[in-house]
Amino acid sequence: MISIRMQTEAAPRAVQDGDAEIKLDARHVNFFYGDFQALHDAALSVRARRITALIGPSGCGKTTFLRIFNRMHDLTPGTRATGEVLLDGHNVLSSDTDVIRLRRQVGMLFQRPNPFPKSIFDNVAYGPHMLGWSKARINQVVEESLKDTGLWDEVKTRLHRSALNLSGGQQQRLCLARALAVEPQVILMDEPASALDPIATLRIEELMQDLKQRYTIVIVTHNMQQAARVSDFTAFMLMNEKRAGEVIEYGPTDDIFNRPKDSRTEDYITGRFG
Amino acid sequence: MAVYGIGADRGMSRPMVRILIDRFFGALIVLSVMMAAIPVLVLLLFVVIKGLPGLLTPGFFTDPPFPQGVPGGGVFNAIIGTLEIVVIGSLLAVPIGSLIGIFLSEYGRNQTGDVISDVLTGLPSIAFGIFGYTVVVLTTHHFSAISASIALAVLMLPVILRATESALLLVPQSLREAGLALGAPRWRVTLEIVVPAALGGIVTGALLAMARAAGETAPLLFTAFGNDIVQTNPFQPMGALSLTVFRNALVPYNNLQDQAWAAALLLVMLVAATNILARLYVRRSQH
Repeated sequence: MISIRMQTEAAPRAVQDGDAEIKLDARHVNFFYGDFQALHDAALSVRARRITALIGPSGCGKTTFLRIFNRMHDLTPGTRATGEVLLDGHNVLSSDTDVIRLRRQVGMLFQRPNPFPKSIFDNVAYGPHMLGWSKARINQVVEESLKDTGLWDEVKTRLHRSALNLSGGQQQRLCLARALAVEPQVILMDEPASALDPIATLRIEELMQDLKQRYTIVIVTHNMQQAARVSDFTAFMLMNEKRAGEVIEYGPTDDIFNRPKDSRTEDYITGRFG
Repeated sequence: MAVYGIGADRGMSRPMVRILIDRFFGALIVLSVMMAAIPVLVLLLFVVIKGLPGLLTPGFFTDPPFPQGVPGGGVFNAIIGTLEIVVIGSLLAVPIGSLIGIFLSEYGRNQTGDVISDVLTGLPSIAFGIFGYTVVVLTTHHFSAISASIALAVLMLPVILRATESALLLVPQSLREAGLALGAPRWRVTLEIVVPAALGGIVTGALLAMARAAGETAPLLFTAFGNDIVQTNPFQPMGALSLTVFRNALVPYNNLQDQAWAAALLLVMLVAATNILARLYVRRSQH
């Protein structure tokens, strides 16, 4: 049985504490695919243990921006990012950043569930195993991570069966458990529910509320209702006349949706375009 | 508008024409399949009919060849030889080939490797024999099974390399990203996630390359050379099934010609078994 708990209005969100510690601070970020500039002077101050949503129409650079935070853009040849992304004060874009360590601190959940073609246990244990943790500690962290994502009761009797037999929603929660197992501080979510049905989507959104007690979450979403439901802060992005993405407005979610300062933000959230 | 008008105009006569055209192309496809399949089936049937008597002769599997003119004898030497030459060749080619394939797919991204493997694939197989002859036989001053294994290994290399590369390219990029996003170094993601996900394709490629190598004659002619004595020393000349077929088909003794047919049948069965094994493995690893 899945308990369905609507969170549109109910959850008391701490939107007023804009002075919470800043975990991730992006300043003057420009991003290039070859000669094409995909991001122009983007800035974002992500607060610790809050959910920050990036919204905007397709192609506005939300995902590009998100993938810079843990240097996933390094994997695409011919890309270049300038500016600063400070994680606890250290610029992750600088060349002396230990990318491997960075990615352990800043985990990621992708658009489509991408479990490894291994058993459920091995999926979650992959990170801890790689870090060389003891067997007992791995068993413990696998169980905890699966419990944190609400999967434990569903899979505890078949931990050693293939993860590919799980449903889409379960696979996505497994991927989340896998990311949590290496004990990150920040979790980047790239439209994590876009491939899921409404009930699975709701479970992910509920999980995010639980997880933000301990983790800082940045989520890219197409779905404005989702951003309004789950996030504490929202950044609205838009392409400028040269097709480069810009952050138009950023603030507490409540303000962005109810009292937008920029007319373009208002047009977007009221459905006039995008 | 105009298109719709034409369709509506001829609407009544169209179904008949369409059905006829459909039948015609259907028949054409069946004909093409038969043209491709019949020669193969006839060949197989021929080999089975001609080879079966020899295969069922007592001693075919267990005796070494007897001198020409002496009735009886078998191909035990050649069975051992083919197995040993191919296994040693595979031990050389599979690790090197799959490592190059992994490199080209995960790290390489350049044209040079592709061009070299294409050229190697297109080379006539006797060229590999010449390679084995000049590199090993001429330097060691005698024919040997190992020189044949080396020649076959070079022949297998591009097949394995290509199979590995294309199996790895089929692994979704999202799996690599998932591993890297956990903070895994690239080499670990490659070895622990990407390669296991592609293992079915890699093993299939290796088995198909082995099957091809087992059937080759030209690379063995002046490397393994052939040997009627049963022996397993890889540094000595050695018999092989393909060599038995080649040599015995040319002599005017019935029992030896029968052996040639039977050896050909045995080779076909060996290659078919390897192919089936490869397919079964893929099917199993997909679940």
